[in-house]
Amino acid sequence: MCVTCGCSDGAKAVLTNLETGLVSEMIDDQGHSHSHGHDHNHDHDHNHSHNHDHDVSHTHASLHGTTVSLEADILEKNNRLAERNRGWFEGRNILALNLVSSPGSGKTTLLEKTITDLKQELLINVIEGDQETINDAKRIRATGCKVVQINTGTGCHLEADMLARGLKDLNPPLDSVVMIENVGNLVCPALFDLGEKCKVAILSVTEGEDKPLKYPHMFRSAEVMILNKIDLLPYLSFDLEECIKAAKTVNPKIKIFQVSATSGEGLTQWYDWLKEQLSSKKSIGKTA
Amino acid sequence: MHELGITRNIVSIVSEQAKKKRVKKITLDIGKLSAILPDSIRFCFDICSKGTTLENAELKINEIQGIAKCKNCDNEFEIEQLFGRCVCGSNDIKCIAGEEMKIKEMEII
Repeated sequence: MCVTCGCSDGAKAVLTNLETGLVSEMIDDQGHSHSHGHDHNHDHDHNHSHNHDHDVSHTHASLHGTTVSLEADILEKNNRLAERNRGWFEGRNILALNLVSSPGSGKTTLLEKTITDLKQELLINVIEGDQETINDAKRIRATGCKVVQINTGTGCHLEADMLARGLKDLNPPLDSVVMIENVGNLVCPALFDLGEKCKVAILSVTEGEDKPLKYPHMFRSAEVMILNKIDLLPYLSFDLEECIKAAKTVNPKIKIFQVSATSGEGLTQWYDWLKEQLSSKKSIGKTA
Repeated sequence: MHELGITRNIVSIVSEQAKKKRVKKITLDIGKLSAILPDSIRFCFDICSKGTTLENAELKINEIQGIAKCKNCDNEFEIEQLFGRCVCGSNDIKCIAGEEMKIKEMEII
C-alpha cells in the first residue's frame, strides 16, 4: 500500500468476507513503481555506430537539466478512484457514508443499534476498516447484515482502492445504504476521499469538547457530527455548548445530532436524517 | 506520520513521469493548512528516494499561505487555521489557498 501512513513495504491490507469466510490479501494494483529495480537489458547485437557528436548538447543538459511542469496532485490517484466509486454508488442508487472518529467513540455500537432499529425500513450493509482483527465485523454480522472487514495492517485509514475491492465482495443491492466504518483516526481519513456521499464524524462526550478545533480537517470535511454517549453527561465535566460552538466554528454548516447509542436517546433525529438522504437519492434516480 | 505515505506517492508519481531519466530537482507546493509537515516530507524524502531516479535530488517546497474568501461579502484574507472570521462578522468562509498538495515541477537530466 503506497499512500498509507508509515506502513512498511511488507504490509498488506487484508480483506475478510464474513459471508463466505474467505480471506484475501489486497494486492496493490495501482501500478505504483515501488522501485523494484526492473532493469531490463536492452542491448542488441547489431552494430550501429552511434557516433554522432552530441557531447555539446548533453553537457548543456546535464548542467541545467530540463524543467518539466507536472502540476500533479499528490493524492490524484486516490481521488480518481474515489470518483469511480462515487459513480458506482450513484448507478446503484446506494447511499454511502464514511464514518470517521477517534478510536473508542462508539462507532460500532452506533452502527449495531442503527442497523437493528432500522431493519424494517432500510437495507444497510457495512464495510469495516480496522488495522487488525475482525472483531467489529463479527459484531456487525450478528445484526444479520452483510459485512466485509478490511484490515489495513499498519495503514491508518481506508483508501479508495481498498473500498473498491471491499465493494466487489460486499456486492450491496440497489437502493441500499453502505456504511463505511473507517479506521479510528481523526487525521488521515480526512485526506482520503473514498467516493462516499459524505463523512459523518462521531465524537463522544468522554473526549475533549475542543476536538473539532484540534482536528479541523476532519470536522470541516464532515457534513454531520454525531455527539455520542450523551447518557454519560451527568458524570462528566464535558461542556456541551462549548463543543457545539467548536464544531460550528470549524464548520458552520455541520449538522449535529446528540445521541446515546446505548440508551437510544436522540437516535430518531439521526434515523430521520438517514431516511431523508436515501429518499432524496431515490427521487434523483427517478427523475434522471 | 502520513507524510511517509505521501512522500512515497510523490516519489512514485515523479519517477513514473521522469521515465528512466535522473531527476535533479523537484518542486512541491504544500499549503500551510494541508495537514502535511514540510520537514517530515524532507525527512522522508531521503529514505523514499533511495535507489530511485530521484536519489540525491534537490527537494524544494513552496509553502503556500492560507487565504480564505468570505462567502458573505467576498472579502479575501489570510488565515493561519482552517477556520476564522471575516471582518464582516461571518465565519462562513471558503479556503481558497493553503490546502495545496501538489508536485509543481521536476528538473530532469
